[in-house]
Amino acid sequence: MTDNGPMLKVEDIHTYYGDSYVLQGLSLEIAEGQVMAVLGRNGMGKTTLIRSIIGFTKPRTGKVTFDGADITALQPHEIVKLGVALVPQGRRIFPSLTVMENLLLGEKEGAADGGEESWDTDRVLALFPRLKERLRNMGNQLSGGEQQMLAFARSLMTNPKMLLLDEPTEGLAPLLVRAMGETLSKLKESKLAILLVEQNMKFALASCDYVHVLNRGRVVHSSTPDELAANEEIKSRFLGV
Amino acid sequence: MRGELLATRGRVIAIAAVLAFAIVSPLFVDEFSVLVLNQCLIWGILALSLDLMLGYTGMASLGHAAYFGTGAYATAIMSATYGASFGEAFVVAIIAAAVVTAICALVALRASDVYFLMITFALAMLIWGLAYRWDSMTGGENGIAGIDRPLFMEDTITYYYFTLIVAAGVFLFFSVLVHSCFGKTMVGIRESESRMRALGYNVWLHKFIIYMISGLFSGLAGFLWVYYNSYVAPTDVELVTSFNALLMVSLGGPGTLAGPLLGSTIFVILDNSVNMFTERSLTVVGCIYIVVVLFAPEGIMGFIKQLRTKAQEANNG
Repeated sequence: MTDNGPMLKVEDIHTYYGDSYVLQGLSLEIAEGQVMAVLGRNGMGKTTLIRSIIGFTKPRTGKVTFDGADITALQPHEIVKLGVALVPQGRRIFPSLTVMENLLLGEKEGAADGGEESWDTDRVLALFPRLKERLRNMGNQLSGGEQQMLAFARSLMTNPKMLLLDEPTEGLAPLLVRAMGETLSKLKESKLAILLVEQNMKFALASCDYVHVLNRGRVVHSSTPDELAANEEIKSRFLGV
Repeated sequence: MRGELLATRGRVIAIAAVLAFAIVSPLFVDEFSVLVLNQCLIWGILALSLDLMLGYTGMASLGHAAYFGTGAYATAIMSATYGASFGEAFVVAIIAAAVVTAICALVALRASDVYFLMITFALAMLIWGLAYRWDSMTGGENGIAGIDRPLFMEDTITYYYFTLIVAAGVFLFFSVLVHSCFGKTMVGIRESESRMRALGYNVWLHKFIIYMISGLFSGLAGFLWVYYNSYVAPTDVELVTSFNALLMVSLGGPGTLAGPLLGSTIFVILDNSVNMFTERSLTVVGCIYIVVVLFAPEGIMGFIKQLRTKAQEANNG
């Protein structure tokens, strides 16, 4: 929690794609160092929520506040500069740049605290040692898991205060999903706020402090991960489990 | 690591060989060939500047004749009408190209992809219209003639060497630029604008800067062209000029530095030699373009790179 309140505050946002009404009055709050999971089936508005926060698809009404500043109308690059980083769905790296170049493209003297705590290539490579061996490889020469690590590492290079993770385990082997969980635990220690949008309920519940369930663009359930794990009705109605 | 060193050494040797050829060859060939070589260099600068947008940043422009023509007309007007010196004409040409490029960029960058292409084309047609209709300033259809080079570079060979030095400087500048951090952002924008925005880049501003650099160097090519030709006419600003530049880049290999120079060399030599046999040189050039697009969509340099990759894969087992 920052001095004046939550790190991110989403207040009653309504987001459309043309005539398609996707987010229908969604609100949530995330505090510093908190991992918040948002679960829901396909097409329920999870990615749209992330796009609304980062500024790719602006809400028609409602307000998004980050670290006390109203970011609803800001451009994505302005929001990133304030300290929000996105790890996009589908491992969106730059295929014709090397791993090192991909990392350096993200490099910023960020909004997060400087000094020893700031992210640089050494620190991200310590978190993802596999990338160290692949620094000279082109992005398109990496495996799916390595691409996910690179997308993750690159977003950390912007020195964010908050991470938006859009289905980071999508298409990953179970071993890599476990490694991703360990990475999230380490990041929690560095007080990063994390919004984790997932379909993999098991992974999300094991990693988060608090969880929201989305259905048709609205939050239909909010609880601790343990409470959701025990709530068979919500899981079966809204998550198909 | 060893492969990279070898590739770098190969590149240095190739550049040195081309430079040596460019320096020595005028001493052994006739004047017409020197003129052709000079054309290769000037069109090479235009193609390089277009490649910065098309190949490196993924912005396909069909309007580079506008910036080339602005540089050319500004030079011609200053030199022939106002009697300006070579240096004065240069300064005005670059300022004029900068102004026109900035205006065009502000309009064109509101769109992307094919719409961007069409807007750059439409804007270039406006500049062509000005050149064609503004008789009192541009000489209309007759153009402007009688642009003399300074005495010290009056002869063909000296002017060729002057152009060679400028072209080498442009190549060096572009080489530093594309290998810099800014150069990597260009590739990043080409591959995904949204990914770059998500990393905190002001993509519009980057594209504007790239557009400006590209337009300025096109204006420089126009400046050199006028002193080469001693004449400028609306044909220098028309669609065919923009298209030719696009063809040179596509032919040689977009997204490479050697490609546009190779493309402009092949194009100029073909254009000059085909012209000796037929008036339908554009048809021949068009056919070549189709063949390249079908069989080497990434141009000659892309084709060579593909062959090299296949050979490496075969060596690795």
